[in-house]
Amino acid sequence: MWMNKVKTTVIAGALCALAAPAMANTELTMFYPVAVGGALTKIVNGIIADFETANPDIDVNAIYAGNYNDARVKALAALQSGDPAQLSVMFSIDVHELMDLDAIVPFDDVVTTDEEKAWLGSFYPALMENGVVDGKTYGVPFQRSTIVMYYNKDLFREAGLDPEKPPTTWDELAEMGAALTKKNSDGNVEQWGAMIPSTAYPYWMFGALTKQQGQVLMNQDGNETYFNAPKVVDALNYWKDLGSKHGVMPEGTIEWGTLRQNFLEQKTAIMWHSTGNLTTVKKNAEFDFGVAMLPGGSALGSPTGGGNFYLFKDATDEERAASLKLVQFMTSPEQAALWSKETGYMGVSPAAYEVPELAEYVESFPPAAIARDQLQHATAELSTHQAGRVRKLLDDAIQSVLSGQSTSEEALNSAQKQADRILSRYR
Amino acid sequence: MNRITHYLSTGLAWFIGFIWLFPLIYAVWAAIHPSEFATRFSLFAPLTLDNFKEAWNQAPFPRYMINTIAITMIILAGQLVLCTLAAYALARMQFKGRGFMFALILMQLMVVPEILIVENYQTLAGLSLIDTYWGVALPYLASAFGIFLLRQTFKTVPEDLENAARIEGCSLLGIIWKVYVPLAKPTYLAFSLVSISYHWNNFLWPLVVTNTENSRPLTVGMSIFGAPESGVDWSIISAGTLISVGPLLILFLIFQRQFVQSFMQAGIK
Amino acid sequence: MQLSRQIQAWLLLLPALCLLVAFTHYPVVKTVARSFFGFGVQWEDAASLDNYRYLLEDEVLGQVLYNSFMYAAITVPVSIVLAIAMALWVNSKMRYKGVLRTAYFTPTILPMISVANIWLFFYSPEIGLLNKLLALVGHSGYNWLGDPSLSLYSLMAMTIWKEAGFFMIFYLAALQTIDTNLYHAAAIENASKWTVFRRITFPLLMPTTLFVLVNALLNAFKLVDHLFILTKGGPNNSSNLLLYYIFENAFSFFDTAYAAVLTVVLLVILVVLALLQFGVIEKRVHYR
Repeated sequence: MWMNKVKTTVIAGALCALAAPAMANTELTMFYPVAVGGALTKIVNGIIADFETANPDIDVNAIYAGNYNDARVKALAALQSGDPAQLSVMFSIDVHELMDLDAIVPFDDVVTTDEEKAWLGSFYPALMENGVVDGKTYGVPFQRSTIVMYYNKDLFREAGLDPEKPPTTWDELAEMGAALTKKNSDGNVEQWGAMIPSTAYPYWMFGALTKQQGQVLMNQDGNETYFNAPKVVDALNYWKDLGSKHGVMPEGTIEWGTLRQNFLEQKTAIMWHSTGNLTTVKKNAEFDFGVAMLPGGSALGSPTGGGNFYLFKDATDEERAASLKLVQFMTSPEQAALWSKETGYMGVSPAAYEVPELAEYVESFPPAAIARDQLQHATAELSTHQAGRVRKLLDDAIQSVLSGQSTSEEALNSAQKQADRILSRYR
Repeated sequence: MNRITHYLSTGLAWFIGFIWLFPLIYAVWAAIHPSEFATRFSLFAPLTLDNFKEAWNQAPFPRYMINTIAITMIILAGQLVLCTLAAYALARMQFKGRGFMFALILMQLMVVPEILIVENYQTLAGLSLIDTYWGVALPYLASAFGIFLLRQTFKTVPEDLENAARIEGCSLLGIIWKVYVPLAKPTYLAFSLVSISYHWNNFLWPLVVTNTENSRPLTVGMSIFGAPESGVDWSIISAGTLISVGPLLILFLIFQRQFVQSFMQAGIK
Repeated sequence: MQLSRQIQAWLLLLPALCLLVAFTHYPVVKTVARSFFGFGVQWEDAASLDNYRYLLEDEVLGQVLYNSFMYAAITVPVSIVLAIAMALWVNSKMRYKGVLRTAYFTPTILPMISVANIWLFFYSPEIGLLNKLLALVGHSGYNWLGDPSLSLYSLMAMTIWKEAGFFMIFYLAALQTIDTNLYHAAAIENASKWTVFRRITFPLLMPTTLFVLVNALLNAFKLVDHLFILTKGGPNNSSNLLLYYIFENAFSFFDTAYAAVLTVVLLVILVVLALLQFGVIEKRVHYR
């Protein structure tokens, strides 16, 4: 890695020297978040270094800013400071809020050649749902995911279940979960059947459960939510029942950050998590594990998730052209394939899965394709105006139900009422 | 009876001491063992330094360290100078509105900069000082606590000393420097130590006002390095924690006697 | 001459004063102004009470205020009692008390934000230390951070751990200034240890206690670092504190105006606390 970097620098330096003398380089600043495990910053830096080698006239300053929220805050803060960012990877669902702040421009205004236009159309349509508003593309998919189900095949065998047949329906999840839940002689649970995380991004996990009921959480314009629709209430009841009725999941909230550790230590036989964790799980699991699509209620489903590239308004023409080049590079099939293989995030375009490296990887390790296969059942992630506040309403409602503070109806009605009040002015 | 309470009390003292030290002990344990032992205790777990290597590679600790040191030093230097001047004026000079000014300054004892992050952020954005050392430092440069402390100390300095110095032709700044500052040494030391440990550990304001590695201090660096969203790996986080607290911890262990004594001499009570 | 002395005084005061005004008084005034004139991140032309109206409708605020008061009401006294006990122990003739003092004081120099991850491990259900210890005695354990009835207390424990050792230093300093003759006299009268503490030590520590109290109360409202790692105020705001809520509104929801209203609330609380303290101090001075 280190040698590579030196090489890259040397080559980049040499190329610079060869290029036209004293030509000022275009400097780009971009922020990006990380929300899953592993040394992702290193991988991003590697891609950036490759880009700079290929484009010696562009310098990229890629800044790791923390979680999705941090990345958005920092990128927007940079706009106010003397050193603004020209592009950034931010939450795919930030789009309405970024537009309301008048911070971003659509890619449609920047792409000119046919080739570029074709590129803009090359991604999986499901991944564009959160990025397109009023027919214009504001977000180009980069670190994208769906929720997948990781399960411990060893524990399945131990419980007398077929390790090649993970649960495919809600009922099966509850049944198999019960078989996988083990108590010790004191009557205390020492191994849980399943865990669905309910901190950090509860609304996202919930988006999967509601989609599995065939219900979406908001409209495409992001000014209306359906938090108290009957099927949404059903979905939350099911989630709650997994803990309180079926006893296959701990009650109270389950921490997003430590869940992977729980799974790796075999404290839970099944976990729902971002596919972005796949490579880290693969590296650290000391048991035989499988990955499957999420089980279905009346339908299959998961929201897409993760980060898109956005272009900020505040940039010169050269900077914008350079930004476009960078985004194109980082979402090109080759890079997307590499990125997918090293992290578990999905290749963002069908072409990425045709790159030999990823094709072979998927063949030798089929779980790597689950997130992609699930795309046909995917829906957009909760994204509205004033996204932070609206999201928190739903998060709070979910947490209050899971921890037994209120019923699903009460909590969701109240969340819907407050969301209505906030969103009414955007209608 | 007395004996029993004595043993109980001693036992309790050590028990609490153990609890208070425990997070650090755990951090050392987790950092020097492979990550599968982070949540499992085994006497024969193999030792390793890989976690330190990994942590070191995952975050630019040297850069964070430099930032933290620079910010802490800028703040400390600014505080010492500004507070000395203001404290002298308030302790030894007669001027109109002195009481009012003192009250105005003391307001900051209650309304600390942390509470005003929103507006201070706007101010600094207006000055284009976001993501700079000065941006982090400015709201803290004038410390009401420091002014208060030094004023109390300066008041105990015999005025004869000042008069003698004046007769010898010392200027005002000369008097402060040669008479007052030396006599207030313990106060300076105690205040410095409080200030350093405060700003070395400060988080909320630097989180708000720093953007990149240009100015990001250790605490903010640690918060994104160990953000639970990215999946917690305690071994590496512990190693990172030890790297980040190491310098201050070692400094403290060496100087702890002086640290405590300076507090006592300064009469902060 | 007289005048120049005046000018000199102002010149000495000026640098500190300018900065204080710029970063304490000016933002206070601006916060109040924004609470009336602000809308989202913008300024309106006319003053309105809309932001305050939202304050009354805000269902989270009540919870947050309650949490903040509980947080102060529990962490402050517990930290102070522990700090006094620690100081007495470290000041006694106990062996290896230097080690003990170091142990007590260590949390003070560890950044809260780094150690929070280690506490996350203690509190983790299934794999965490506390529940593993409970399992040894056959208890099923608690979801320390994920159960709304426990999350705030779990945060308090960490705060107390962080603060007590710091306050101990102040008490230690005060203890060493107490005239030992007082203790000799008490020994002659055969007074019990508790009587000695109650009649001699504690009253003499009073000024320190006041100083510590002010600091502890203030910290109770500004120490929210561990929320960022441990709970983010959840579940369902059960561990949300006022300053963290302000941060959320300003920097996650981009609602600067509402953050300003919340800041005004916090300022009012602090002013009330300050007045209470002055009242107490005044009374004490009066009795003396």
